[in-house]
Amino acid sequence: MNAPVLQVDSLHIHYQTLAGMVKAVNGVSFNLYKGERLGLVGESGSGKSTTALAIIRMLEGPARIIDGAINLSGTNLLALSDDEMRAVRFDRVSMVPQGAMNSLNPVMRIREQIRDIYEAHGKLPKRSELDGKIAHLLTRVGLKPEVAGMFPHELSGGMKQRVCIAMAIALQPQVILADEPTSALDVVVQRQVMETLGNVQQELGAAVILVGHDMGLMAQFVDRIGVMYAGRLVELASVEQIFKAPQHPYTQQLIGSIPNLEQKKLFKGIPGTAPSLLDPPSGCPFHPRCSEAFEPCTLDVPPLRETAPSCWVACHLYEKVVSHDHPA
Amino acid sequence: MNLQYVIRRTGVFILVVVLAVTVNFMIPRLIPGDPIEEKLSQLTATSSGNLVTGIEEMAAAYRTQFGLDRPLVEQYVNYWRDILRLDFGYSLSNYPETVSNSISAALPWTVFLVGTSTLISFVIGSLLGGLLAWPRIPRVLRGLIPVLMVISAVPYFLLGIILIYLFVIVNRIFPAGGAYTFGSTLHWDLESLGDILHHAFLPGMSIVVAGIGAWALNMRGMMISVLGEDFITLAKAKGLREKRIFLWYGLRNGLLPQLTTLALTLGYVVSGSILVEVIFSYPGIGYKLYQAIQTKDFFVVQGIVLVLIVSIGFALYVLDLVYPLIDPRIQYDVR
Repeated sequence: MNAPVLQVDSLHIHYQTLAGMVKAVNGVSFNLYKGERLGLVGESGSGKSTTALAIIRMLEGPARIIDGAINLSGTNLLALSDDEMRAVRFDRVSMVPQGAMNSLNPVMRIREQIRDIYEAHGKLPKRSELDGKIAHLLTRVGLKPEVAGMFPHELSGGMKQRVCIAMAIALQPQVILADEPTSALDVVVQRQVMETLGNVQQELGAAVILVGHDMGLMAQFVDRIGVMYAGRLVELASVEQIFKAPQHPYTQQLIGSIPNLEQKKLFKGIPGTAPSLLDPPSGCPFHPRCSEAFEPCTLDVPPLRETAPSCWVACHLYEKVVSHDHPA
Repeated sequence: MNLQYVIRRTGVFILVVVLAVTVNFMIPRLIPGDPIEEKLSQLTATSSGNLVTGIEEMAAAYRTQFGLDRPLVEQYVNYWRDILRLDFGYSLSNYPETVSNSISAALPWTVFLVGTSTLISFVIGSLLGGLLAWPRIPRVLRGLIPVLMVISAVPYFLLGIILIYLFVIVNRIFPAGGAYTFGSTLHWDLESLGDILHHAFLPGMSIVVAGIGAWALNMRGMMISVLGEDFITLAKAKGLREKRIFLWYGLRNGLLPQLTTLALTLGYVVSGSILVEVIFSYPGIGYKLYQAIQTKDFFVVQGIVLVLIVSIGFALYVLDLVYPLIDPRIQYDVR
């Protein structure tokens, strides 16, 4: 594989709340390669969205990035000033939002909202070229050029999300973050929107991070999956490996809980609930729910280790097969 | 916007006016007391008995002159005929001045004073409210919120009295009342304009300051809910400059409900700010209305109320026609 465009290195993010520090992300590291599609999955509160938002530095209010680095082809995003970061947004890292229904300004025409992006980054083309450029963007995501003259309320949910994708690729960014981009849409539209996202991403050669908990969607769309649990990356491997030979007990149970069309059997969940991030359990955060937990699990946090080529697991069960200590 | 809607909305406006005129005609006639006998008994009381004889004949003569001896239906028809000619009759207390003259002398002062102050109050208040909801403003500004709450709780006439005390009695900076220096004649020049502004400052201030609190607090509430919207998050993610997000994504949306209130408030402008005008003896409609009510001057009260109703109706009519241009989501489909 080629050089990574994005390197996330031991990212720690805490939320300051009245009840205390919520340790939302605890040392997440991964690489994202050019043109790659990486999926981040996990339960609600596992830190997947927080990680994605940290990359574009959109964390608000009580969230603090305590430690770590986010390198976007040589630039440490966490070291940039607010205004420098503003210039990076959508130009080098863009985002397809979660709430497609309300992500567009209701009182502005689509044309103006796309124009805003060019203007904010000092890349406003000449008047004569702008309309053509916007029309081209819209056709690329499967919309008619006339959509440019419409207001958001005149579009369907799927069309709005396509507009959002068109905006996300307007400045040809290197990385596109998609935080559950289709959770507000029905399955048919979901599929169309994901195909559109996939197509433009391939044309652009941009890398995509898809955040979500829809394993079916992940299986269809991404190349690699990172499984998150209680603010940690517990497994990072290709889609095939995750689905065929999951290694971490949490991933195994996660895959085991996906209903099977061929076999008729009882629906299986993972017993217990996710731990409180205010006061996480000692050692491996999954050990209270893990059927295979043994002594070291309660004591040390297992680091992410490569157990097979480009297959990374954070679990004490795989201690013997250690090769490297850094994710790739 | 389509023509059919405009026609229908115009019809509603006319209906409102017709109903208002009818109610306006009926209500004063239901109030106990006879304005002519009231006036005459005042005269007899003040002229130590000289006019006691023939008072019944005088009352009858006046009733005939004002048309009050005719049947109600005929009075109503005549009333309409007069209104269409903008003839609201004579002022009962300042006879022989006509109501039209009375109103048209007072109306420009009120529109100038109350209209301008309302607009200033709206602009400053809304901007301030929008800023107060913005997360990245200095802490000092946030201290304004309780101040605004107190101000919005102080009635504007009380504020007027305080202003008179501070700037007329303690420091003689501003005149105590009137719209211009008494006895001077007005010309279209800077000197007259300066004089008018000098006189309008204190009453205007009391309206502006008293209004700001409410505009700002309303706008702040509106803006807070707008800033929580997904499109604000995306605007930020797009890398837009703060000013652009604040004005065109935040304020532009938060302002929509404020505009409805503004249209209504502007409609009420023609009624003046009664107490402010009375306190500052400002020769506007409010002052006129106050005097007319005191002297049971039917026709002046009716005239002013009619102007008020028509202008509120008109303000809402214009708002309804203009709203689709301000908020594209509003559309009028006539089925």
